[in-house]
Amino acid sequence: MTDRRTFLKTALAAGGAIAIGPGLFLVAEAEAEARPADEPFSAKQRWGLLIDSSRCRTGCTSCVEACQKEQGWHSDNLGAADPQWIRKVEATDPRSGASISLPVMCQHCAHPPCVDVCPTGASFRRVDGIVQVDRHLCIGCRYCMMACPYRARSFVHEAIQDQRTHTPRGKGCVEACNLCSHRVDTGGGPACAEACPEGAMVFGDLNDPNSAISLALRKHHAVQLRPDLKLDNGVQYLGI
Amino acid sequence: MAGIATATLVSPPRRLQGVAAVLGMVIVLALASALYMEENGHWVTGMTNYVVWGLPHVFAIFLIVAASGALNVASIASVFGRTAYKPLAPLSGLLAVALLAGGLSVLVLDLGRPDRLLVAMLNQNLSSIFAWNIFLYSGFFAVVGVYLWTMLARRYSRFTTAAGTMAFVWRLVLTTGTGSIFGFLVARDAYHSAVMAPLFIAMSLVYGLAVFLLVLTALGALGGPEAPPDLVRRLGKLLGILVAAQLYFVCVFHLTNLYAEKGIALERYLLLDGGVYPWLFWIGQVVLGGVLPLVLCLGPRTTSAGQLLAAALVVLGGLMQVYFIVIGGQTYPLSVLPDWILHSSFGDGQISHYAPSLPEVLLGIGGVALAMTLVLIGCSVLRILPTTLEHHE
Repeated sequence: MTDRRTFLKTALAAGGAIAIGPGLFLVAEAEAEARPADEPFSAKQRWGLLIDSSRCRTGCTSCVEACQKEQGWHSDNLGAADPQWIRKVEATDPRSGASISLPVMCQHCAHPPCVDVCPTGASFRRVDGIVQVDRHLCIGCRYCMMACPYRARSFVHEAIQDQRTHTPRGKGCVEACNLCSHRVDTGGGPACAEACPEGAMVFGDLNDPNSAISLALRKHHAVQLRPDLKLDNGVQYLGI
Repeated sequence: MAGIATATLVSPPRRLQGVAAVLGMVIVLALASALYMEENGHWVTGMTNYVVWGLPHVFAIFLIVAASGALNVASIASVFGRTAYKPLAPLSGLLAVALLAGGLSVLVLDLGRPDRLLVAMLNQNLSSIFAWNIFLYSGFFAVVGVYLWTMLARRYSRFTTAAGTMAFVWRLVLTTGTGSIFGFLVARDAYHSAVMAPLFIAMSLVYGLAVFLLVLTALGALGGPEAPPDLVRRLGKLLGILVAAQLYFVCVFHLTNLYAEKGIALERYLLLDGGVYPWLFWIGQVVLGGVLPLVLCLGPRTTSAGQLLAAALVVLGGLMQVYFIVIGGQTYPLSVLPDWILHSSFGDGQISHYAPSLPEVLLGIGGVALAMTLVLIGCSVLRILPTTLEHHE
């Protein structure tokens, strides 16, 4: 009888610690002052892309191929389970019959739903506007994929070979366009914009009134995808 | 619990061994499935980058929602003062904890990186409804644990009402949180609705009570107290009323969508021409999980056998309902340009397809087996069950 009682006490204590632990950590986290992980970046910039769909050619996938080459993702013949950081969408307006072609990737929202819902903070927004995933914090719950209005995120369904050192990827984690942050941090721009043969993608600092992207935005009326959600996207489109 | 004779479950050895062997085998198969999925990657499941939550989530959500509702009987006894149900309150609490443990186990084993559970515990994003739920689930274990303690340790029985009230409030908040996991998804019309929270509460009341009735009956066959027909009939009547309440919220959800032009295409897909999903709705959710239990529980000639059948139908219809909500909602196209016709290599503008794989089925059933195993262990080592239910009619 005593043995059973001792066993029960130990089992309850161990089970309770495992079950209640997360809640206690949540309280502890709320009180602790976290070290800003984004110190190297500056909020003076807000990086963005302006995509002119009227210059984007149907069937051209230069931006997609450049992204694959730069970030090291590709089709593994898994069909709908393959990752796609950027895709070409062909759109037809049923009322007028007008057709457009446009690349769609992470829209780098100012108020990203993926960041809001991520339980661990693996999805985060840098102060310069780039939204990305910390693959070492991602537990693969896929809630961000449920929340993203643009289906911009992919879950890695199988083991990864030939990774790029600048962009760690991994089976069981979620990933998406990071606006080639490794290039941006060294003064460059995203591979997709650089590769576009039509010059239909302009990358730049939305906060700099004299940047090419800001000048173009002042001149033309750009739209955001799903403007009804008021997410203030960093990626904007002309010709829609 | 003062004055109520309780005992540990003493089952006929062969019967208990048989049940334990089956449950153990299902759990081993579930663990093997989880290992297979993690080792190979999720491409071996039916899940894709379009349908990212599959059958394991259906089982996990069903179990988590039912966990909250399994507390119904305890709440009736401790919060609403119906002493006739007091002998069953400990089982109600134990079942609630066991179902939650089963559901969470499935959820964790379906993660892309279940090995990072500690990461989820140490890094929490306070704006995430998921993180809130981790807190709510942990708290549920703690609150119901204390509640059980006050019921089992008689010297603390004066705290039972307070602990029971706390558990009652907590489980309402918990299910609000579970429903809001979907309700807060602003981009998805199939989910984004404030009705999701009360709908999930209604679902929890229904599923939890149905599972409780079935477990009580099963324990009766394993040496536990036989549930008197009158008790089953009364709980059955309550089940019928709760089924009606749940159907009400389902109606409100779909009618709200149907009223606005922008929701008609979605509802047409879900309720009319969306392949398997309208069948799951009308046959599974409405007929099996709704109308038939209503007739069996509230009809003019109710029997305890009929009400047990109703409970089984509620569980079956409930699983179909959760499948309909979780999978059906994801298969509907998420359009980056509403009102445009879209085509892409990523399935834009197209209905997504999902077919569950065997490992997913086994993992999901494993969660149920784990919950039932925990109930059996709990009843075997703790004085959870009353020696008889006859005196309290």
